[in-house]
Amino acid sequence: MTPIEKSTFSRWVPLLAAAAIGALLLAGVILSRNQDREALPSPLIGKPAPAFDLPVLHDASYRISSRDLLGEPYLMNVWGSWCPECRVEHPVLTRFAETKRVRVVGYNLKDEREDALRWLEQFGNLYFVVLTDYSGETALDWGIYGAPETFLVDAKGVVRWKHVGTVTEQILDDEVIPLLDRMDAES
Amino acid sequence: MRRRWPLVLLLALLLPTLAFAQAVRDPSPMQFTDQAEADRFHDLAGELRCVKCQNQSLADSNAAIAQDLRHEVLTLMRQGKSNAEVKDYLVDRYGEFVLYRPRMDTKTWLLWFGPALVLLAGAGVVVNVVRRHARMGAAGTADNAKATAAIDEDQEW
Repeated sequence: MTPIEKSTFSRWVPLLAAAAIGALLLAGVILSRNQDREALPSPLIGKPAPAFDLPVLHDASYRISSRDLLGEPYLMNVWGSWCPECRVEHPVLTRFAETKRVRVVGYNLKDEREDALRWLEQFGNLYFVVLTDYSGETALDWGIYGAPETFLVDAKGVVRWKHVGTVTEQILDDEVIPLLDRMDAES
Repeated sequence: MRRRWPLVLLLALLLPTLAFAQAVRDPSPMQFTDQAEADRFHDLAGELRCVKCQNQSLADSNAAIAQDLRHEVLTLMRQGKSNAEVKDYLVDRYGEFVLYRPRMDTKTWLLWFGPALVLLAGAGVVVNVVRRHARMGAAGTADNAKATAAIDEDQEW
């Protein structure tokens, strides 16, 4: 290598280094652009749903445990009368529940009983059953940090899917229904 | 009686500040049994990230979930759980995201060692540049010496 060749090569080194750093930053921007930053991936996916034993909204003397729901998959929708986004997804979930594809369980989080009942009366009760967690203690076990959040649990009680935020038709068509089909094929 | 006056004065000065600080920090103040527990709690909550308002620590956030988690952390501490166990409890439910100091694994090694690698690369460049300059300088000096020697020889001759 002659000295002149070497110097032309080393002249390009800073430019290449700058381009590499630029590419790295661009990759970071592109990777984080489409992601919903509020939504955290759940570590529960693929693991058994946390054990719970919660009173039912419509009859508080009646309790439902995680074991009672085994045998068939269920979609668990976390909601509250205080949650404006829950109203947005309510018609979508109602239409989905009417197809009877899967049981839709309501999880009434940090609410007042009267408010919750009034909410369901006003907008319609789409749920198979509504569990109540007024203190939010069991919600910590589920990794719930707000509403709406929606979980899909399979017949064996394993959490298969979680969505933070409003459920849309597109999410049902693209994620939930194909996953339910796969779960049917498994069993 | 006189001796107590400075203490009373000091307490009187401190009390409003304490009350104010608590009112601003937390709408539902935590009740600690002693200072050691309070210190441990604040250290731990400062290292945990609020899941709802993601640029705040668990200690700083006023979100409802942050309050619940603060009470849960204190409950776990009182059950005799170590700091690591408290962190595991939260990571099992909310994921690695809650840790401000991520754990070392295959996904995070670049995060941990990336800066050191960049620093090493920079040091390598600096060493290279310094060596090259030194070599050029030394070569220059050698040339000068030769030239001087040549002149000396000339002069002698």
